[in-house]
Amino acid sequence: MTGAASWSFSENDFKQIQAHLQGFLRDSSARCALLVDRTGQLVATVGETPHFDPTAFASLTAADFSANDQLAKMIGEAEFASLVHQGEKESMYLADIAKRVILVVLFDQRATLGLVKLKAKAVVENLNKVFEEMFNRVGTGPAQQKGLLEGAEDEIDKLFG
Amino acid sequence: MSMINYASREINCKLVYYGPGLGGKTTNLEHIYGKVSPNTRGKMISLATETERTLFFDFLPVDLGTIRGFKTRFHLYTVPGQVYYNASRKLILKGVDGIVFVADSQLERMEANVESMQNLYDNMAEYGYDLTKIPFVIQYNKRDLPNAAPIKDLQAAINPGWPIEDATQQKATPDAAHPGESLVERVGGEWIGRAPYHEAVAVRGDGVFDTLKAVSKLVLKTLS
Repeated sequence: MTGAASWSFSENDFKQIQAHLQGFLRDSSARCALLVDRTGQLVATVGETPHFDPTAFASLTAADFSANDQLAKMIGEAEFASLVHQGEKESMYLADIAKRVILVVLFDQRATLGLVKLKAKAVVENLNKVFEEMFNRVGTGPAQQKGLLEGAEDEIDKLFG
Repeated sequence: MSMINYASREINCKLVYYGPGLGGKTTNLEHIYGKVSPNTRGKMISLATETERTLFFDFLPVDLGTIRGFKTRFHLYTVPGQVYYNASRKLILKGVDGIVFVADSQLERMEANVESMQNLYDNMAEYGYDLTKIPFVIQYNKRDLPNAAPIKDLQAAINPGWPIEDATQQKATPDAAHPGESLVERVGGEWIGRAPYHEAVAVRGDGVFDTLKAVSKLVLKTLS
């Protein structure tokens, strides 16, 4: 293996993911759901537009989840499949998807943690399926990205010129 | 692990600045943050101790503009250089697309450089990544200091080269940035490859963008 494998998703995948998350938000009364890749990249946002910098938020989420993963191993657990950060008004619920992506749910007093957890269970199962299919597909055809960035060097030169 | 989102037409790549403690990794990011237009970069996040030593990481997203209709975004991370933070250092390497090793040129930091490089190889290997096969650039920082070691000695200690067994890669490749030097060459009947390097004085910004440009190019080349 030379490095980490790239992955990509199609518009159709994206629509499926959005539909699952919109249903979840409706059922749980949560405000917003984000999907963050384990390397810290934001994959999708559904619901109310967050008022913070989503890129920074995604990198911190991934670091948070990774650090907790290691803590789990230290106390003899394989993983913490979900995490809760509870605030006075705003709270977060995080759950693992297919070992590659993290679902982050932001909710306030309109929703209860119990309901969010309950409804998240179903959406996590559905998203697991979507992502596993996606990763299997990418695994068989990484060549699709070839040539995507031909000519990129000139543009980098221009930027730093 | 570059992520290509065809729906939002974005390419995201992750670059990690690695190296011994107090070598100038955070300074590299701070200089980039200060120089790049606010429209093309995001917020810089630093998880540091009270004495401004990196505790977990620094993070800075930089947009490199649109290429083939795709917005290219590089996420720059630093790791904590101090030896005892290895657990968090390793986490940051997950899914890395390109690495910059910021070496401290000072003679007395030679051992710390070598130790950090070994640690990088080990941590990469634990993820199953091969450092000799991914975009990798070395920056010799602090070139302005009177106790800076000669480049030749730094190269011999930190970047001695690795054997190249793949016959298609066995061809003499001059180092465009350093006339008379080679990235791939035959030494005593054996082909060896070295990582490209750049000299820098990160506090003044010298060499910072050369390094970033070099590694970004290599990363984008892997996609082209």
